[in-house]
Amino acid sequence: MIRLDPKRSQNIAFAILLIVTILIIVPVLLIIGVIVKEGYSAITWEFLTGMPKDGMRGGGILPAIVGTLSIVTCAICITLPIGVLAAIYLNEYAKDNLLTRIIKLSIVNLAGVPSVVYGLFGLGLFVMLLKFGVSIIAGALTLSIMELPVIITTSRQALNSVPYSFREASLSLGVSRWQTIAHVVLPNALPGIMTGAILSIARISGETAPILFTAAAFYVPRLPHSVFDQVMALPYHLYIISTQIPNMPKNITYGTALVLLVMVLTMSLTAIVTRYYFRKRKKW
Amino acid sequence: MRKGFDKFIEKAIFACGLLAIVFVALIFIFLLIEGGSFFKEFSFLSFLSGKYWYPTSTPAQFGILALIAGSFVVTLGATVVAVPLGVMAALYIAEVAPAGIKDILKSGVELLAAIPSVVIGFIGMVTIVPLIRTTFNLSTGLSAFSGALMLAFMAMPTIVSISEDAIRAVPWAYKEGALALGATKWQTMYRIVIPAALPGIIAAVMLGIGRVIGETMAVMMITGNAAAIPQSLFDPVRTMTATIAAEMGETVKESSHYHALFAIGLVLFIITFTINFIADTYLRKVKK
Amino acid sequence: MVEKILVQGLNCWFGESHSVKSLTLEVKENEILGIIGPANSGKTTFLRTINRLNDLNERFRMKGSIKIDSEDISTLDPEVLRKRCGMVFALPLSLPMSVYDNVAYGPKRHGNNDKKGLDEIVEKALKAASLWHEVKDRLNASALKLSGGQQQRLCMARTLAVEPEIILFDEPCSGLDPISTAKVEETMLELKKKYTIVLVTNNVKQASRVSDRTAFFLMGELIEIDVTQNIFVSPKDKRTEDYVTGRFG
Repeated sequence: MIRLDPKRSQNIAFAILLIVTILIIVPVLLIIGVIVKEGYSAITWEFLTGMPKDGMRGGGILPAIVGTLSIVTCAICITLPIGVLAAIYLNEYAKDNLLTRIIKLSIVNLAGVPSVVYGLFGLGLFVMLLKFGVSIIAGALTLSIMELPVIITTSRQALNSVPYSFREASLSLGVSRWQTIAHVVLPNALPGIMTGAILSIARISGETAPILFTAAAFYVPRLPHSVFDQVMALPYHLYIISTQIPNMPKNITYGTALVLLVMVLTMSLTAIVTRYYFRKRKKW
Repeated sequence: MRKGFDKFIEKAIFACGLLAIVFVALIFIFLLIEGGSFFKEFSFLSFLSGKYWYPTSTPAQFGILALIAGSFVVTLGATVVAVPLGVMAALYIAEVAPAGIKDILKSGVELLAAIPSVVIGFIGMVTIVPLIRTTFNLSTGLSAFSGALMLAFMAMPTIVSISEDAIRAVPWAYKEGALALGATKWQTMYRIVIPAALPGIIAAVMLGIGRVIGETMAVMMITGNAAAIPQSLFDPVRTMTATIAAEMGETVKESSHYHALFAIGLVLFIITFTINFIADTYLRKVKK
Repeated sequence: MVEKILVQGLNCWFGESHSVKSLTLEVKENEILGIIGPANSGKTTFLRTINRLNDLNERFRMKGSIKIDSEDISTLDPEVLRKRCGMVFALPLSLPMSVYDNVAYGPKRHGNNDKKGLDEIVEKALKAASLWHEVKDRLNASALKLSGGQQQRLCMARTLAVEPEIILFDEPCSGLDPISTAKVEETMLELKKKYTIVLVTNNVKQASRVSDRTAFFLMGELIEIDVTQNIFVSPKDKRTEDYVTGRFG
């Protein structure tokens, strides 16, 4: 057996690590690149603002865009306040006891439940039992429960990064705990909470399985009137046109993927950049 | 009045804190009730060990062994590919990459996490699937192998970011000791850093596996959806998640088929619950 | 002089560690009581027990009583108690907001939202903390841009703005240079005309300069308490002498 000298084996090892890392990152860029290249020719004003035509082989995707936006808006409006309050409980009030351990374990497990199981749950509870039917609200509630652990975890990190001394300074003035949280802790945790929220919005915009049987419709050529309407949704639409419809014009599929990707990646990038920016100019 | 408001909001905070427990319990109860009514008509054992999933034929057959096998093959394949690559990338990002590049790489991994699974499924259909069909001369590229590759890719963000956290959490003093003895940075990494970070890496792997088992859209689009026990990696398979997603839309509500799908959901829930529980135990070790 | 704070048989624990042992002492109105002692002698724990800031720590337990104006603090609402006992911390804990907002923070949270009234309170508090002349032109600048000494006096102003009766100083000059320290001490001497002050300090000389009476703590026990001059010139206990002359600690 040949023994390499340590310096050389280090160089080889580091080179391999670098190659592997590139191997993971490059496909990400390739995926984005391919979709942009093949899809941008489909992006016209009519495509973004029109109704689908010819069994979805033509026309636009407006109802899918509006559907996704409505579901996601409702979901984040439900999950953000609940998640932030839960994070406040865990970070500011919870004692180190059995209850807290069970809560934390529940959060971990909630985060691990497969998205399609959330779909089943949403179907059973919101669509059937509560009789919301397949609707924006049923989908939004399902997604909001799915996203709850993510919001709780990121908000908690944000709260935790606010120095404990800020709380003491406020409490020592006779300010109550809640007032301290509302006026000192939350404002300083806000950038972190918001980046977490934006990342969550990005994530749920692209989720398909949870809305499959709770909100999404194959084809609804009109815009929703209320939260109890069934809607088209971008990710579901992409699934349908890429698997279920024969002779689909290629550029429409890519165009739909591009719109979804742009929506999701813009939000993710915003979140990443905001976080970077706030980390740099953090005041304490 | 202010005091009253404080009291009220603190109650609300406590209630929200409890919600996570409530939801986990609710999900479990729902799956148990809806899935449970399936077992009133069919035996649990034949459900798990039955080879045939013919939910719409008469008489219907509800054996999920082929589906379990499908999930298992795809997950195993994805894990074998994803774990070494993911851990290596995590090592590079945490220990080797220069500071400026580190941020870019991490953002890259985060972007990958953000790409919707249906988009990855679509890209897989138009790239990997034909590639595999021609390379291995198969009748269809929609196979367990294609699915495993795509899923390995999708599990990457989880494995990389959690392993990276674990690696960075190794105290500097450990490394300093080895470096002071004249070990190279690489020797220090594989003799000191990796063993010390192992619990965290195991947790990362478990969570990655959890993510792969639960993945739905991409596998449904890529693996070919044949509910038969695969003889090779290149056979089409159908996973548990894909079965639920593909069939729930067409079932008659409250039929045996409907309840059978909930029963599959229950099996999935129990599997992922166990995996996450194990991962959490390891993560707890890291924190100590 | 009247006694303001009366401590009887106070014992404090954090988990298993017994950090204050059978402490009995009193603080008189409008005096500065200096508390000296080496690290881990229970000084800060005692201070934070007075305004019940330790209550927030789950592992904290106490026995015995602390009375302020003959009222047991355990019967008081902690928020009312903390408003009456202001606290200035070891490191200047300016909140990340403007100078003005830092001082106005307390009164605002206690329900004072009258802009003119707040202006007056802020000016008065900053003047009392001898900071007004240095910051009056940049009240809207971030408090974190002030120097360490200025920030510490800003924290004093913030405490004064909620009109306490007692001010608890927890090693207020530990991070400051000698000139800033002198300024803070000057301010303290000015403040004792209106307030009762308990000053915990690592700096023995500081106690000798500003406190009326001085207590020496060691390993959670009160070794000696007396008029400052006696502690420094003719201590009764050998350990006190060793400490104040710098033989240990």
